[in-house]
Amino acid sequence: MADVTDTSLTAVGVSARPNVLARVLAEPRAAVSGGIILLLVVFAVFAPLLAPHDPLRQDLMLSQIPPVWMAGGEPGYLLGTDSLGRDVLSRLIHGAQVTVIVAFVAATLACLLGSTLGLIAGFAGGIVDMAISRLVDIWMAFPPVLLSVLLVAVLGAGLHSVIIAIVVIDWTRFCRVVRAEVLQQAKRDYIDSAVTLGMGRIAILFREILPNVLPLIIVLLTLEMGIAVIVEAILSFVGLSISTDQPTWGGMIAEGRQIIHHAWWVLVFPLIALFVTVLAFNQLGDGLRRALDPVLRA
Amino acid sequence: MATSAVLRRLILAVPTLFGVAVVVFLLIRVVPGDPVAMMVPPGASEDDIAALRARYGLDLSLWSQFWIWLQGVVVGDFGTSISLRQDVLGLVLSRLPATLELAGLAFLIALVIGMGLALVGARLRGSFAETAIDSVNGVSLAVPDFIWALALVLVFGVFLGALPISGRLDPRAGLEFATQFYLVESLVTLRFDAAWGLLRHMLMPALALALPLAAVITRIFKDALKEALLQDYVLLARIKGKSDTRILIEEVARNALVPTIALTGVQLTFLIGGTVIVERIFSYPGIGNMAIDAVINRDLPLIQGIVLTFGVLFILVNLLVDLTYAALNPRLRHG
Repeated sequence: MADVTDTSLTAVGVSARPNVLARVLAEPRAAVSGGIILLLVVFAVFAPLLAPHDPLRQDLMLSQIPPVWMAGGEPGYLLGTDSLGRDVLSRLIHGAQVTVIVAFVAATLACLLGSTLGLIAGFAGGIVDMAISRLVDIWMAFPPVLLSVLLVAVLGAGLHSVIIAIVVIDWTRFCRVVRAEVLQQAKRDYIDSAVTLGMGRIAILFREILPNVLPLIIVLLTLEMGIAVIVEAILSFVGLSISTDQPTWGGMIAEGRQIIHHAWWVLVFPLIALFVTVLAFNQLGDGLRRALDPVLRA
Repeated sequence: MATSAVLRRLILAVPTLFGVAVVVFLLIRVVPGDPVAMMVPPGASEDDIAALRARYGLDLSLWSQFWIWLQGVVVGDFGTSISLRQDVLGLVLSRLPATLELAGLAFLIALVIGMGLALVGARLRGSFAETAIDSVNGVSLAVPDFIWALALVLVFGVFLGALPISGRLDPRAGLEFATQFYLVESLVTLRFDAAWGLLRHMLMPALALALPLAAVITRIFKDALKEALLQDYVLLARIKGKSDTRILIEEVARNALVPTIALTGVQLTFLIGGTVIVERIFSYPGIGNMAIDAVINRDLPLIQGIVLTFGVLFILVNLLVDLTYAALNPRLRHG
């Protein structure tokens, strides 16, 4: 098994995949987390079919109705309503759309940008490495929340601004780790072998180093999805994310914070949704890390 | 040797800070919204607007604006806040102590919780207690300060009504302070009722900031402790008849501290960066809260001043962590 890994890395990348998936799913926490994320995607995609009400429909006669199990609850409004009489459950389901888009699109773009720069910095070395590393240093001297708020204020509110802000801020997470890992891998014997065999530098980078760094990148990407979801919620909370026509969990949390003494449920349910989502991405990332670890060590 | 290392680090920090200044400067100059247009009352004449632009130097070219600003910064003049019409340096210095006290308290709480849980976990290794600590820690590692802050507001502020959910001190108490370091001052002058009032306001935001760091410390410190317990000197101490708890505290903890500090540095800057949103949630009057207002008001000089202040703070914290690491690490101390 170990021999195979050493001789033909690209082939292992393919053949190892079913194994890795099986190993991840064998862990209950990772499997449950994957299920939660899948459920979230289903909610996002089928939101208009699943939501019991129009998430934007206001009805001041139905303002601040508590959840159905409390005194004064209405059977049609399972999780209650907010101050404008909008259904909390329907807004929660529609809010999953922004969460899912941000998690997958923003995190993937940040991953591509950061990993590419990390690969280049670690492999090229010299002045290129120094320039990229200085840039990372400068970025690390910014408080991330402040930078994201600043970016969205500059770019103007909207989903694309939020995604750009997350990419611009979080690429450093990938860059730092991937650079360090490339430097580690470059010292290994198999690189010497590849050089001896007469492989070009670019070929070594893509065919030898990248497949060995990829498991790490996948773990980072999964963790980043959870972080992106939080950043979006923070921006919505500050009032800078997306227009009021699109419900977001962060926006609901901000509204709930205002009326926390009168209608706690407006804050609690999106907060729980956020908590579960972030935890799910995190646990899945951890599960992947453990499942991929033997591959990393090979 | 140590002095020259500190000096070298400080000199290296200059280009980083310069880079931070350039990035912020360029970033907020692309702001589509015109800060002057927001300041003038409706119906102001073109001339009034032009006069205001000239007053804040916004009519000059980007290069001259940056040059003037940089010249000011070097001599400690960060310009005038557009929205608050006060000296930026004065504003930052009046709010910074509140943030430093909050971050300091949070760091203390994180150290106590993190190290305490790690010691308990390492002492009771292999037992149910360690498994419990690990599971709680696994969740804590994933949950950011933003969620902790809101959950604490709900539980202790609303459901239990035990703690105030906003501000730094009760305005009705009519407390007077000579400095901006309210907590430190009231402790030094032995005004414990004032200190208690301040702590009641700071406890939840500090805890929200502390918990993610505490989780990191627990994990790293516990692993380091367990690793150190396998060393030969532990066996020797055990032969001498020392109890497990005494070995842990007297022999092992110090050695396990070194890797913990090395890995805590970046996390500590995360804690300081987290004050921005946590102060917002608790309406706590620090520079983080002021920063968000500055962004919303497009207050360019104030934004620049605050971001640069955070940059300086981050660099200083990293330097302090490195110095502590060097002081505790015997290999570096004698090298």
